[in-house]
Amino acid sequence: MTQALDEIKIGGLGASRKRVEDNRFVRGKGNYVDDIVLPGMLHMEILRSPMAHARIRSIDTSKAWAIPGVRLVLTGEMMATRNLAWMPTLSYDTQAVLATDKVRFQGQEVACVVADDPYIAKDACEAIVVDYEPLPVIVNPRQAMAEGAPLIRDDKENQHDNVVYDWEVGDRAGTDRAFEQADLVSKLELHYPRSHPSPLECCGSIADYDRSTSKLTVYMTTQAPHIVRAAVALVAELPEHMIRIISPDLGGGFGNKVPVYPGYVISILASILLEQPVKWIEDKTGNLISTGFGRDVYLRGELALRKDGKILGVRMHTDADHGAFFSDAQPSKFKIGLMHSAFACYDVPTAHLTARGMYTNKAPGGVAYRCSFRVTEAMFFQERMVQAAADDLGMDQAEFRRLNFVRDDDFPHRTPFGFLTDSGQYGKCLDVGLEAVGYQDFLRQKEEAKKEGRLLGIGISVMTEPLGAGNSREYDILGIKMFDSAELRVHMTGKAILRTGAKSQGQGHETTWAQIVSHELGIPAEDIVVEEGDTDTAPFGMGTYASRSTPVAGAAVAMVSRKIRAKARKLAAHLLEVSEEDVEWELGRFYLRSAPDRGVTIQECAMAAYSNMPDGMEPGLENVSYYDPPNLTWPFGCYIATVEVDPETGVWDVLNMVAVDDCGVRINPMIVEGQIHGGLTEGFAKSSMQWITFDEEGNCIGSNFMDYLIPTAWETPRFELLETCVPSPHHPIGAKGVGESATVGSPAAYVNAVIDAVAHLGVRNIDMPLLPDRVWSAIQSAPSG
Amino acid sequence: MYPSRFRYEAPRSLDQAIDLLRTGGGEAKVLAGGQSLVPLLKLRFAAPELLVDINNIPGLDYHRVDPDGTIRIGALCRHADLERSTVLSSGQPTMAAAAPLIADPIVRNRGTLVGSLCHADPQGDWASVMTALGGHVVAQGADGRRSIPVAQFVTGPFQNVLAIDEIAVEAVVPAPKGTVAGGYLKLERRVGDFATAGVAVAIETSGELITRAGIGLTGVGGATIDAVDAAKALVGRPLSAESIGQAADLAAQAARPRTDHRGSAEYKRHIVHTFVVRILSRITESAERAA
Amino acid sequence: MTSLYEEISPDPPDNVPVRRVTMTVNGEKRAADVEPRLLLAHLLRYGFMLTGTHTGCDTSNCGACTVLFDGKAIKSCTMLAVQADGHDVETVEGLATASELHPIQEGFKHEHGLQCGFCTPGMMLAAKALLDENDDPTEDEVRWAMSGNLCRCTGYQNIVKSVLWAAEKLRAEGRS
Repeated sequence: MTQALDEIKIGGLGASRKRVEDNRFVRGKGNYVDDIVLPGMLHMEILRSPMAHARIRSIDTSKAWAIPGVRLVLTGEMMATRNLAWMPTLSYDTQAVLATDKVRFQGQEVACVVADDPYIAKDACEAIVVDYEPLPVIVNPRQAMAEGAPLIRDDKENQHDNVVYDWEVGDRAGTDRAFEQADLVSKLELHYPRSHPSPLECCGSIADYDRSTSKLTVYMTTQAPHIVRAAVALVAELPEHMIRIISPDLGGGFGNKVPVYPGYVISILASILLEQPVKWIEDKTGNLISTGFGRDVYLRGELALRKDGKILGVRMHTDADHGAFFSDAQPSKFKIGLMHSAFACYDVPTAHLTARGMYTNKAPGGVAYRCSFRVTEAMFFQERMVQAAADDLGMDQAEFRRLNFVRDDDFPHRTPFGFLTDSGQYGKCLDVGLEAVGYQDFLRQKEEAKKEGRLLGIGISVMTEPLGAGNSREYDILGIKMFDSAELRVHMTGKAILRTGAKSQGQGHETTWAQIVSHELGIPAEDIVVEEGDTDTAPFGMGTYASRSTPVAGAAVAMVSRKIRAKARKLAAHLLEVSEEDVEWELGRFYLRSAPDRGVTIQECAMAAYSNMPDGMEPGLENVSYYDPPNLTWPFGCYIATVEVDPETGVWDVLNMVAVDDCGVRINPMIVEGQIHGGLTEGFAKSSMQWITFDEEGNCIGSNFMDYLIPTAWETPRFELLETCVPSPHHPIGAKGVGESATVGSPAAYVNAVIDAVAHLGVRNIDMPLLPDRVWSAIQSAPSG
Repeated sequence: MYPSRFRYEAPRSLDQAIDLLRTGGGEAKVLAGGQSLVPLLKLRFAAPELLVDINNIPGLDYHRVDPDGTIRIGALCRHADLERSTVLSSGQPTMAAAAPLIADPIVRNRGTLVGSLCHADPQGDWASVMTALGGHVVAQGADGRRSIPVAQFVTGPFQNVLAIDEIAVEAVVPAPKGTVAGGYLKLERRVGDFATAGVAVAIETSGELITRAGIGLTGVGGATIDAVDAAKALVGRPLSAESIGQAADLAAQAARPRTDHRGSAEYKRHIVHTFVVRILSRITESAERAA
Repeated sequence: MTSLYEEISPDPPDNVPVRRVTMTVNGEKRAADVEPRLLLAHLLRYGFMLTGTHTGCDTSNCGACTVLFDGKAIKSCTMLAVQADGHDVETVEGLATASELHPIQEGFKHEHGLQCGFCTPGMMLAAKALLDENDDPTEDEVRWAMSGNLCRCTGYQNIVKSVLWAAEKLRAEGRS
């Protein structure tokens, strides 16, 4: 008998395979946009508005032009002659590329300079004189809605107020009835503050237009190169086949690198005008004050409760601050993303959500910052409302959740907002977390500590979230359906190259995609090279964000591998001189059912595909799959934090953080755990320090890493990870998204823990970030504080 | 971020450096550790015509204790040298407590205490510490050296009393006359953050009695605050719950905090109070333990 | 650039101060004519093409540009290239030999101490500075020593494990 292949040894599914991309990264040989140098390359810098809202009276660029080494100075007026002063956003709005009429947020792009080096370009930007006429500034939805508020988007016909949209979902009448029948209504108002993904690498591009071939090549920090290609074709009116977008190594993305930014567009025009490569590398302030932010949503939430603890209905109203342009990157059908995925893990009979979006004089965005389109806000609101409700009822936090969970045998389950969840074991997930954290023990410790004047708290957050858009019936961006793709070419020696329409930015696709192929075909992972990010070579895909790569592109990888296997089976039958029906498959090998010792390896089949194919068979062993998922995947998780709050200073420390994640089948457990660590840290960051705010004049507070605080190794808690495994019923290998689960689920755990520590004093809510002064003030102003 | 153009000189002696500053006529800046100046250059908040780099001048990287107990810190002594210093850990608790809290470990490898005093950031930690210790800055100019008390050296946010052709060459902590005790507490949201509020306390005791006290406050005013009255409340009597409470009240009154994204004015004032109490109570506790 | 040919601008700008600097980079002597305002990070990246030194922020916070300067970790975006004249600089490119990774590099790979890789060079050099001084650090000592370097992907837990892994290997090899 031949020895069966050991899947873990060949780097298949479930192997904690070391990452292949690390070989270059640890040597400093990553290839990020700013590492690329093209012959004759020029450098571009952008002049940004210091004002949040002002009319532009004039722009004088003469001094900039006079500086030696300056090649081009562009203003909005000049962009307008090419019809490029404005561009479409990913949410059917328009956004100024370079301002013409007025500036609408601090940091908006006003002019740009191309020069021989970036130092000179910056000198020239400083030499541009802009005359602004200040206008009244709006920095929050309340001001935006106020009567007589200045109109921000006076550029748009038929826009007479600052409302972006009014949207609703769910059953209004049914929900009203549920509230009428309630024994108790629990209410909570929350703000999920503005935050910024702030990958360490800022945005940038190198546009290289070659007049002789009419081809435009753009190296760009983008998570979605194919969407960008389509956008550039539409905006710059270039033929799509003459545009090549290359997304090289990305220094993180987290949703920040999905939208198309003015800098990209300007660098393209500059290269077309100058016929030389033009590099634009954003600085950190530019990144923080002008590119896609996340969150900035206000909630009014209500739960209708029966006195035994059953949730009868949910009512939510959200006011979202979208900044000056509606440029969320999200499925077009859903104006406030997937906010209505809230309460998906709870058995709630009826629910209603109203959502309003507002323009303000702040940077545009609302991107899916390490989450699946506002799912982070949805789950944070959900778990904060749940805690408040349990407190209102005087019920134990865990018990209240357990009572309301969707039961394990109640799938598929239609959520009150219309999603179809397909699997879950929320009670078990919670139990695993409670046991790990020592729930009952901690409750006792907490009471003991209270006697000594010490404040301990425990916070639970449980959620299931929809990851992996589409299906294409419901999910599209600008009409482009949300599917994804993989192309596999098996060479004659059995080595292979795989390309997908996704784009890794640290998730390790080069490692994990090969593992899926390995699982399906038995080809050792090290024999498969993975390539992404080049629109000239990769099949069309929607890119990597919203935890959609494994659910969609990863599924496509499995499916294309299966197509290859199907053809290999024919080749095997030919080689074994039997009919296909007599051939069985085991990992890496076809064999005769009747004589298992007689078989051929996948590598032998590959060789035959080029050297010995049966008559009438197309040569070669290559294929492509476009995968349109039947549903989203529904990973779930439970996050439990314990904290101690210093009542004198409001400083709080995390004592313990336990995460139980169920992402179904894990392709590479090591990488999954790395993703969860990152997500838990994001949750800690947002709950403790990381936010962007604005003063009354619209000045951005948090415009650099001195003010926009990201936790270091010192403050970041240690994490304990656990798992359960309910495979996705529809994903080809049973996997679910995970990259963002902990970002989505953990913030409420930290906040709930701090609130739990001070709830007995009468504190009901503290908005994130829970800065020491906010915690202290809440204690001071609490009834028993 | 790219600095604007400037000339650069790296003299080999203080005399040359002072000459260069004079010719610079106020448009020149001294570059020592550069950990505040270079970011300012990059943000173009500073655009000097000439940069006089003193890093190549020999003999400025020391810190030492004179036989009489005076501590001297040269202009090129880095924060990291102070963090690892046995001189401080064994004899100067206020400085020893502050050294690891300056910026972050990598910045501490370059930044200097003297440069930090010159930078005069109201959120700078060393200025409060040196104020509490009654320290001096030694400035050298064409006409020789002069010694300026730190409390008078800093005149406002990012302003000091140096003449355009003077270089701060040394910081001095006067020799204590009694037993020293003290501490520095800083509320920061994370490593490397500026202080939401910080408190430096330095006392000297003779027997039970406090013979000298200094309290410096970080981040709660337009400049470092010398909480003179609070310090006075401690002198001439033993440390007690009552004197600690008085000092804390007076220090909180001396604070002039502003509400910003790091915290409300009320909160910062409260932190000053809390930290004064904590530092002094710890001194009491460790004295009790020693006894 | 060969010595046979170097293109120069036909109309060089006036009054641009330029200085010649010579330094040792990864054991090799390098020289360049630079404007005083050029940052060391930019000389390394754009002049010497050592692009493993990244620039992540402008305010000396992120540490992606960390290099060793005379053996000490510094942020190369917060030092002028002219200041490195006569000094010794070590970048990420100097860690591995042609055939072998440095144990710190191995550690980061082994313990999954990186994701997007952008902070990694700076992290590893901060780690090297620590381990050069302390070959058996505790977890807290590692966290403290690395607190001048930001990472957005990993949550630091595996970075800490990577450094501890490297420390153990260095001790086992007697290299510490």
